[in-house]
Amino acid sequence: MWLKLGRRLGSLIIVMFLVATMVFFLTRLAPGDPAALMLGDQATAEDIARLRQVYGLDKPILVQFLLWLKEIATGNLGQSIFLQRPVIQAIAERAEPTFFLALFSVSVAALVGIPAGIASAVWRGRLVDQIVSGLAMLAANIPSFWLGLIFIQLFAVRLGWFPVAGYGEPGAPFMERILHLALPATVLGIVNSALIVRFTRASMLDVLSDDYIRTARSKGLSEARVVLRHAFGNALVPIITVVGLTAALLVGGAIVTETVFGLPGIGNLVVSAVLRRDYPVIQGALIVVAGIYVLINLLIDIIYTFVDPRVRY
Amino acid sequence: MSMNTPSLLSIQDLEIRFRTEDGEIAPVRGVTLSVAPGETLALVGESGSGKSVTSLSVMGLLPRPAGRVSGGKILFRQRSGRTVDLAALPLSDLRGLRGAEIAMVFQEPMTSLNPVLTVGEQIAESVRLHMGLGHASALKRAEEMLDLVEIPHARRRVHEYPHQMSGGMRQRVMIALAMSCNPSLLIADEPTTALDVTIQAQILALIQRLQREIGMGVLFITHNLGVVAEIADRVTVMYAGQVVETGSVGEIFRTPRHPYTNALLNCLPARARRGEDGRRVVQSIPGSIGKIGDGCAFAPRCVHATDPCGVGTVLLETEMDRSVRCLRWREIPA
Repeated sequence: MWLKLGRRLGSLIIVMFLVATMVFFLTRLAPGDPAALMLGDQATAEDIARLRQVYGLDKPILVQFLLWLKEIATGNLGQSIFLQRPVIQAIAERAEPTFFLALFSVSVAALVGIPAGIASAVWRGRLVDQIVSGLAMLAANIPSFWLGLIFIQLFAVRLGWFPVAGYGEPGAPFMERILHLALPATVLGIVNSALIVRFTRASMLDVLSDDYIRTARSKGLSEARVVLRHAFGNALVPIITVVGLTAALLVGGAIVTETVFGLPGIGNLVVSAVLRRDYPVIQGALIVVAGIYVLINLLIDIIYTFVDPRVRY
Repeated sequence: MSMNTPSLLSIQDLEIRFRTEDGEIAPVRGVTLSVAPGETLALVGESGSGKSVTSLSVMGLLPRPAGRVSGGKILFRQRSGRTVDLAALPLSDLRGLRGAEIAMVFQEPMTSLNPVLTVGEQIAESVRLHMGLGHASALKRAEEMLDLVEIPHARRRVHEYPHQMSGGMRQRVMIALAMSCNPSLLIADEPTTALDVTIQAQILALIQRLQREIGMGVLFITHNLGVVAEIADRVTVMYAGQVVETGSVGEIFRTPRHPYTNALLNCLPARARRGEDGRRVVQSIPGSIGKIGDGCAFAPRCVHATDPCGVGTVLLETEMDRSVRCLRWREIPA
């Protein structure tokens, strides 16, 4: 088990190196020069060249890459070209709304999706299944920006239960900031629950026809116990996978939803950095997001070993 | 079928129907059999003859919603002395009997245990439910049961998962699970078919030993006549969803009355070696299930069939402890 974990950590470092390489070179592929963008139309060629020198943009690209690698290996993500602050600091400021949005969205998606998927499988082909499958299909196809706008119109503007947009005043109490996440988290939760419903249903249907389910029934157990303990316990692995991957994707920043609800999250940061060719911010944010993604995958693998004894040994 | 000895299980004229895409079929129609307390009845027949479906219907475990009991009775005498019709019993009452008074061992030991629970938990779950024991004493009981079915190091293995055990060990666990609440009826659906021959013999010996100790009736489903000779007191032979013959194991092996029973016995190597008329293969394909055709279902394959065999309904005739479903059984030499 520990050996396995060690090996996983080793491959994690390789993955992160590959991610860093791709992030760096893909970012450079995009046309546009940050120095020229920063100085505007009036800048002379000498001005631009001087600025390029300041940020090391005049060096050969391979040298830039190696210098950057050395920096991130020591945990330094560099200095933002436009924000005039360390990249790590810019990301940290934006991390809270994204993190809590991802957490709440996944919770909503799982709390809605898993029970609905179980019910759908247990009453396969019946009315419950048809309703759940129909709603899941609908949820999967609703654009999140549209649902977001409807929610804002209904629950924020019309009923006034929730804030319309934003993340509260800077320095507002925690609960007030969290309240701003209620609507976007619900929207993202609903949209993402569709996939969880489908995976749960498929996995449960698969398991419910297994021989040990018949054994469980032959013991005289109640149907609830057969379904929840014997079937669900075996159906968990694919469900954990899809919930985990949903969480990982959301940590990367739900760009559309963050935009609709005016949330100052990672997604927003990346979009504005791309528009300004702020290379250090783009690179830093992508590295951090990729790192979290890889860590969540590692976490999923660790959870497997608790859920399925066959993985443990 | 002697009605004077009070039987533990008495299935009377059972009919089971399944809804399929091609309409309804009746894989079981006209099954009559009984198991007395402490007795082993072997239910014999080829694949698809309806023996497994019959056994599942006793437990109320027919695949839902496609399958259902559409006729006949499944009478079971409870420990309290009350006789109930399992086919008409509400599911909640049936659950109280499952695992407690009627237990089942299945064919596939590799897949019949839950892979994410330890074998101890799986046995203890049943014990807690039916014997009302607490967590610790139920686990203790599970350990005793593993010991009883001769699993070495029961104290350690009670905490192991099914995948850590061999097929033979898992079938022992299944038997321990089935026996854990001292059932009065054990249904064993081909419990040794998936196992090596040496393990088969051990499992059969184990079931026989436990039967003697607990005194339960056993309904033993198999297609293996060698196993029948080993374990059964009486034999019921099924063909195409019907009982074609019932008798004591000695009678069935010495003087089979139904041509199908005879044909089955002729497939046994030992009998063929006796040189009667050599080993004969039962001809053509088995009678198709659910086709409620006219006459005897076995007639198309029967060497003794005559014109009357192809019309009307052939009834199960009972004489003493012997039942035969054949028009010509008195004329045909055994």
